[in-house]
Amino acid sequence: MTRFTGTDSYVATPDLMMAVNAAVTLGRPLLIKGEPGTGKTQLASEIARALSRPLFEWHIKSTSKALHGLYEYDAVSRLRDSQLGEEKVHDIRNYIMKGSLWEAFESDTQPVLLIDEIDKADIEFPNDLLRELDRMEFYVHETRALVKARHRPVILITSNNEKELPDAFLRRCFFHYIRFPDADTMEKIVRVHYPDLKQELLREALTTFFNVRDTPGLRKKPSTSELLDWIKLLLAEDIPPEALRSDDPKKTIPVLHGALLKNEQDVHLFEQLVFLNRRAGR
Amino acid sequence: MLVRFFTDLRAGGVPVTLPEFLSLLEALEARVASLSAEEFYYLARMSMVKDERHFDRFDRVFAEHFEGAEKLFEKLVAELPEEWLRQLTERLLNEEEKRRVESLGGWDKLLETLRQRLAEQRERHEGGNKWIGTGGTSPFGNQGFNPEGVRMGQGGSRHRRAVKVWDARDYRNLDDEVELGTRNLKMALRRLRRFAREGAAEELDLDGTIDATARNAGLLDLKLQPERRNAVKLLLLLDVGGSMDPHVKVCEELFSAARAEFKHLEYFYFHNFPYERLWKDNRRRFSVATDTFTLLRTFNPDYRVVFVGDATMSPYEIEEPGGSVEHWNEESGRVWMTRIAAHFPRLVWLNPEPEDRWQWTPSVEITRGLVGGRMFPLTLEGLDRAMRQLKHRAV
Repeated sequence: MTRFTGTDSYVATPDLMMAVNAAVTLGRPLLIKGEPGTGKTQLASEIARALSRPLFEWHIKSTSKALHGLYEYDAVSRLRDSQLGEEKVHDIRNYIMKGSLWEAFESDTQPVLLIDEIDKADIEFPNDLLRELDRMEFYVHETRALVKARHRPVILITSNNEKELPDAFLRRCFFHYIRFPDADTMEKIVRVHYPDLKQELLREALTTFFNVRDTPGLRKKPSTSELLDWIKLLLAEDIPPEALRSDDPKKTIPVLHGALLKNEQDVHLFEQLVFLNRRAGR
Repeated sequence: MLVRFFTDLRAGGVPVTLPEFLSLLEALEARVASLSAEEFYYLARMSMVKDERHFDRFDRVFAEHFEGAEKLFEKLVAELPEEWLRQLTERLLNEEEKRRVESLGGWDKLLETLRQRLAEQRERHEGGNKWIGTGGTSPFGNQGFNPEGVRMGQGGSRHRRAVKVWDARDYRNLDDEVELGTRNLKMALRRLRRFAREGAAEELDLDGTIDATARNAGLLDLKLQPERRNAVKLLLLLDVGGSMDPHVKVCEELFSAARAEFKHLEYFYFHNFPYERLWKDNRRRFSVATDTFTLLRTFNPDYRVVFVGDATMSPYEIEEPGGSVEHWNEESGRVWMTRIAAHFPRLVWLNPEPEDRWQWTPSVEITRGLVGGRMFPLTLEGLDRAMRQLKHRAV
């Protein structure tokens, strides 16, 4: 079996690789947590690509029910069809729509299934999936059929910690917390996305970025994805590295800061700090 | 050895269950991890710890338990030179043990046994029962294969990393029993938010459905509407000034962040203890203040009340009329607090002082009694308990 070691567009740390490989080998769901913008969702498609497996995605909303992932029985349209006297009304299977989990179960090769942002759903949602994740099978009551997974899918579950997940659910998963990358890893990540970036600009951008992140009291710290956007902007605007470098990075607001700071209180706070620093520096 | 690690983890406050431990063994058996301490660490963590809050506790137990075990891993990988072994045993065994060794058939035979045993151990190890096994019966004594014992004094060079992952304790501020700092404030807010929102389902809009079906000439047309959410109303009462100064920053951070999370959120300040007046603007506290009676009339009992204060003061400030440090209060703080507590059945007091210090300050104990024991420390874990408490009515 091939092992996941990251891809040409995704830098994986050793602990992440370990987590993914263990989950793949043992066929157990992997729960991924971490700051927003650290590539939780992206991981699934990268795994699917690296191991060349089909990918199924199930994005959770606050109104999602566990049953939606399995199948949906469209009783209303059946009722309507019966009023209209349609022929297909006699076969209930015409009104059962497969969810992502069902489709993943039916895949010919071992698929990757992403259950994105599970914490957005109602608190009972994970509990309703216990049997499905454990045994990889479920029962369709309408047709009295048992659907079993042909190959245990690699299930990736992401969470933003908005709700506590039930213990019974956690017990069945492996868990990985994606830490915010340190400077070295960050450099690798940027390199992967912008291989032609000049070393000088990269270094200046990273210094500025980590400075902004270290500003105390920010409501929303800029994340990896925001850094990448920002660098894209810098490249598009053709900003020279000198523009990022000043005598003291704390004394100026970085150019195009709109990509890094996303709310006006943060921008305001940052401006004030810069102002204070400048005054103190004089 | 692993079983003890498991029980140690539980004793160390990491909620590990048996199935999780078994899944670690299963993973080891499936040879997911190779022979390195680091990989074992990652594997153990991902299979047994399901919440980043517990990472730090896990790290501590791991470090304690496997101190020096890195060398054990290396030893298992390396082929052992005879000379090295002889030296090792000579260094480790005392005279009497050496005599016992002789009685077992002399050095050569013993070395043979040892090598066999090591090979055996490696196989078993690959088979999965890492570290569980042969040690106890070895003529060398368990010490010989214990990480403590095999400290060969080869200095730091054998370490591959200067700081081991689990010793770095990177996850310290994710632990929920440390005081709130900037990082975990965010977590604290998530707890608050979790408490603020509950249930989000759709329900049948009966009127809409009838209407739409009628318009549709009798063909059924279902209409759904989002269920009305039970929006939590929160009243925040914050202690400012005086003894609270070191805590003001934490409180303000929590407070300013909380403002964005709640739709129905009102806040008032008080100094040390609530009396007949509260205010919204700390700078104009003497000119623009709100009568506490007005407060009780304005906010109905379904508001949940959160006090934030260290409740550290002279007991007179609570017990006596005129006890306040900055004005003459006609009625004592106790009277006012009783009124507030009677009006708002859902009420908690968050105290930034560490919980174990409360009992040494009489005023904290009095306040705690006045709020019916519902005082919680200003830590993530305390906040959790407080929010759980807020869902229920008075005890």
